[in-house]
Amino acid sequence: MGQLEVPKIPWTREDAFHPPAGLAEFRAGPPARVLLPSGQVAWLVTRHADARAVLSDPRVSSDDTLPGYPQLVPLPPSGGLLSFLRMDDPDHGRLRRLLTTEFTVRRINAMRPGIERTVAEFLDAMVEAGPPADLVRDFALPVPSRVICQLLGVPYADHDFFQERTTKMLETTATVEEGGRAMAELGDYLASLVAAKVRDPGDDLLGRVASGVTAGRLTEDELASMARLLLIAGHETTANMLALGTLMLLVSGEWAALCADPSRVGAVSEELLRHLTIVQFGVGRVLTEPVTIDEVTMEAGDGVVISLFAANRDGSHFPDPDAFDPFRRQGHHMAFGFGAHQCLGAALARLEMDVAFTALAARLPGLRLAVPLEDVPFRPAQFVYGLGALPVAW
Amino acid sequence: MVRLHADLDRCRGAGQCVFTAPDLFDQDDVEGKVVILVPSPGPDRLPLADRATVACPNRALTLVSE
Repeated sequence: MGQLEVPKIPWTREDAFHPPAGLAEFRAGPPARVLLPSGQVAWLVTRHADARAVLSDPRVSSDDTLPGYPQLVPLPPSGGLLSFLRMDDPDHGRLRRLLTTEFTVRRINAMRPGIERTVAEFLDAMVEAGPPADLVRDFALPVPSRVICQLLGVPYADHDFFQERTTKMLETTATVEEGGRAMAELGDYLASLVAAKVRDPGDDLLGRVASGVTAGRLTEDELASMARLLLIAGHETTANMLALGTLMLLVSGEWAALCADPSRVGAVSEELLRHLTIVQFGVGRVLTEPVTIDEVTMEAGDGVVISLFAANRDGSHFPDPDAFDPFRRQGHHMAFGFGAHQCLGAALARLEMDVAFTALAARLPGLRLAVPLEDVPFRPAQFVYGLGALPVAW
Repeated sequence: MVRLHADLDRCRGAGQCVFTAPDLFDQDDVEGKVVILVPSPGPDRLPLADRATVACPNRALTLVSE
């Protein structure tokens, strides 16, 4: 098939709260070839059942050094620089296993009192200084940033430095050089941090994993890459869910419902995860063997883009899929992905959302937008969708 | 009688089962792998057990009729 005949992947949203309309047309059919902004051609998987099948198939690789791996963010081919996120077993399993006990539901839930203190601290400061306030700058960004720093053992004082680099790395409109430079700068910073942990492991996550370097379970370079992955994944995603989630609740009128019945925070968070699907462009894979989905055979070496957003709006799994309805009968959303690479930090993200929305609703039931909705700066080009700022009053 | 079965070779400690049904599942302290707390959930807890098996991203859980 010539590239000229291949349609472009639906990439640009018409509406700030919904996926590009063109994704629904693809979901009406089996996987189809699309042209990516990178110029590559890949298969687009949009159905809920297909997305689950592909992401849990051992013939589907996450190794971004393989030819055909679809490039969704303009980063240079990384060769392990995004750690086990872009690896297959056995290396993926070897590295991820070093972290699984750190992220069990029980271990994460034990962090609740500490997260409640962090949330209260930033909320106090915001209320003290306002209204108005920028909910992104004053709350949604610093809370997860402080939480992941304390968990990993990264100095929170350096948050401006790594937040700027993270934003640049995840900007789909940046050049490969810009993305690569941000990645390298963050890498240098974490390499020296990790070297210190190997010499003198403290009682934090990176310190505990650093003892594995001495024991020969991973190299110091692998630990630095792992630290970068955890730092990026640990604050960018949750920060955007808190900011965008609050905005969604405000514009949908569900904020008052949450304030009236805070016990619904879990169901509200799950519906926000599904409806917003902030990993908006999906995830990339490449096939190591032919795979047949809906009678379409994709060949070994072909790239595949799995649209989590399209899957989370699949009416065959979620009735009335485009409605934001915290009272809906829960399905199995794919906001955290699926398969071996499913988000390691899902329990932490859920706990942070639970604590943050609960505290915000209890403290500021009169929360409202301080500007017209059309003046809220969305970030449509970020790999992780979100807001640049959220001006609020109460 | 329905029994919960966990394939520990497939389990990767994602913890979705514990999130979904904390009364039925836990994770071990070695690799975070699933620990079944209630091997034969009664009819009242069967829907949650079923939900947890579908939620598992590594398809490590099955409900077996005996």
